[in-house]
Amino acid sequence: MTTEMVTQSPSATVPAVGGVRKLIRDTHLVMTRELRPVLRDPFSVIFGMIQPLIFLGLFGPLLVGSLGGQAQSTVGDSVWQWFVPSILVMTALFGTTTVGANLLFEFQTGAHERMLVTPLSRSSLLIGRALKEMAPLAAQAVIIVAVMMPFGFDLYPLGALVGFLLLAVFGVGIGSLSYALAIAVRKQEWMFWAVQQTVIFPLMILSGMLLPLETGPGWMQVASRFNPLTYLVDAERALFSGDLGSSAAASGWLAALVTVAVGLTVGIRSMRRSAG
Amino acid sequence: MPRKHEGANVIRTRGLTKDFVVSKSNTVHAVRGISLDIDAGELVAVLGPNGAGKTTTIRMLTTLLEPTSGSATVAGHDVVAESATVRSLIGYVGQGNGAGHMQRARDELYSQGLIYGLDRRSARRRAAELMESLDLSALANRKVSSLSGGQRRRLDVAMGLVHSPSLLFLDEPTTGLDPHNRANLWDHIRQMRESAATPMTIMLTTHYLDEADSMAGRVVVVDHGEVIADDTAEALKADLAGDRVEIGLDDIARVGELAALIERMPGGRDVAVDGGTAIGRVADGPRTLPELLRAADRAGLTVVSAQVHRPTLDDVFLSLTGRSLRESENTGQTQDSSEAA
Repeated sequence: MTTEMVTQSPSATVPAVGGVRKLIRDTHLVMTRELRPVLRDPFSVIFGMIQPLIFLGLFGPLLVGSLGGQAQSTVGDSVWQWFVPSILVMTALFGTTTVGANLLFEFQTGAHERMLVTPLSRSSLLIGRALKEMAPLAAQAVIIVAVMMPFGFDLYPLGALVGFLLLAVFGVGIGSLSYALAIAVRKQEWMFWAVQQTVIFPLMILSGMLLPLETGPGWMQVASRFNPLTYLVDAERALFSGDLGSSAAASGWLAALVTVAVGLTVGIRSMRRSAG
Repeated sequence: MPRKHEGANVIRTRGLTKDFVVSKSNTVHAVRGISLDIDAGELVAVLGPNGAGKTTTIRMLTTLLEPTSGSATVAGHDVVAESATVRSLIGYVGQGNGAGHMQRARDELYSQGLIYGLDRRSARRRAAELMESLDLSALANRKVSSLSGGQRRRLDVAMGLVHSPSLLFLDEPTTGLDPHNRANLWDHIRQMRESAATPMTIMLTTHYLDEADSMAGRVVVVDHGEVIADDTAEALKADLAGDRVEIGLDDIARVGELAALIERMPGGRDVAVDGGTAIGRVADGPRTLPELLRAADRAGLTVVSAQVHRPTLDDVFLSLTGRSLRESENTGQTQDSSEAA
């Protein structure tokens, strides 16, 4: 009976494809739709880089100065080899924790509702969006690295490539969590920024991203061990120094994979409930 | 359940109910047991004040909300058990703007085409077609955020029609538009409906009475989550409101006699006297008026003015609820939640 009804209807144009294939197809559609404005207006990617470039230009030099004699023992020979990976993680963090705001805006305008009423699977609405974040992130990372090379940043191509990939996986996880946060607070939108700001700065500082934790108090060093970002930053530093096989890189991958698994699980679950 | 082939209900609800639990002690009963049958090709307007449950009903029928109880079949499929199939069959234009603000108009139509299963070429062709018929071609490369309210609304309608659905839901499609843009949008919708191979079924919500009156073949009046009337606009007006007659007399002292005459006319009621004028409702104003004037003449009354007002749906709403639709606009929400137990 059911099949008969479907064939009767002239407007049933959605091909009957099975679960996983449909999910891949839908995810691809969501991702390409999300990417279209970025491709139409590539300069929007550049705007996302102003903040990291300011940190590189203004914070980087101060870092060496403030560390004084300890610089050599904490950040190593080249401050850039230590700081550029930090900035890449920072770019990823700011770029992906804020994406939920776009979704909040689409809740407001009705664009998200439009997507919910289409035959797209709910999961694809989350995964497609989260995967899309990888593209601007990769572009920004490449530009930052390219800009820093004349200043004495040594590029280890293979390590950098793996580093970008690690960043992308982590970014998908954090992006998903940002969307989940947006869905959770969609009826009190101000909460989004309150939570985002409250979470992001402690995580950043306790990861040793901006200043080495080796010079900080012991409790901070302990706290940093419970921060997944710490492992990611350490892994990126190792990878961008060409150290692919280190335990730091392995721990970073573990942290990124846990983040992406948690992010997608929570995100998809939230997206399924986002219609109400 | 056996399903008829032709003329089967495109929408069928039985006891459709939605409660929103606001807090432990406060549940809002947004929709209370609505049962509706809508046939293929009907254009049905759901009319009611804000907070009456119109949008909640549409959101349940379009699978955006799960009913608390009751059932609904849309295009032959259950909105809960077969929500994905329902979504692929229906067109929907919500209250907000469906297009992403960062997107370009043509890109959004193209994306929607792909989403509904068109191949790239068909999606491109369909986007061009819709832009042509909804007067959007010149705006194809514009960002949605730069479009005017009326242009965005036309784009929303275009997006709802990408897959040529045989059933279209329009949730307050013209709210916020100026009269010119409202008329323009309706022209487009009317054209799209008439040009469809099989007549498109449309269910729309509105709180513009004139829209329900002029557009819809059938008007469902909703108040406090319940259907309180369901008929053609004409029948509703004739049955529930009647025409209003206003007769002026040269002699104030004899207005009472005139009022009594109105009361005796078919459907005569709600008669009142205002100075030298007697006002009342009758079933069929245009036919009753000459008869009334002759009767007045026979009674020796000198009529100096006579008017017939055809009722509006506002009159219908007033006679159904004792409130005017406009009053209800302001109080609907609070009444809903205060009544909730």
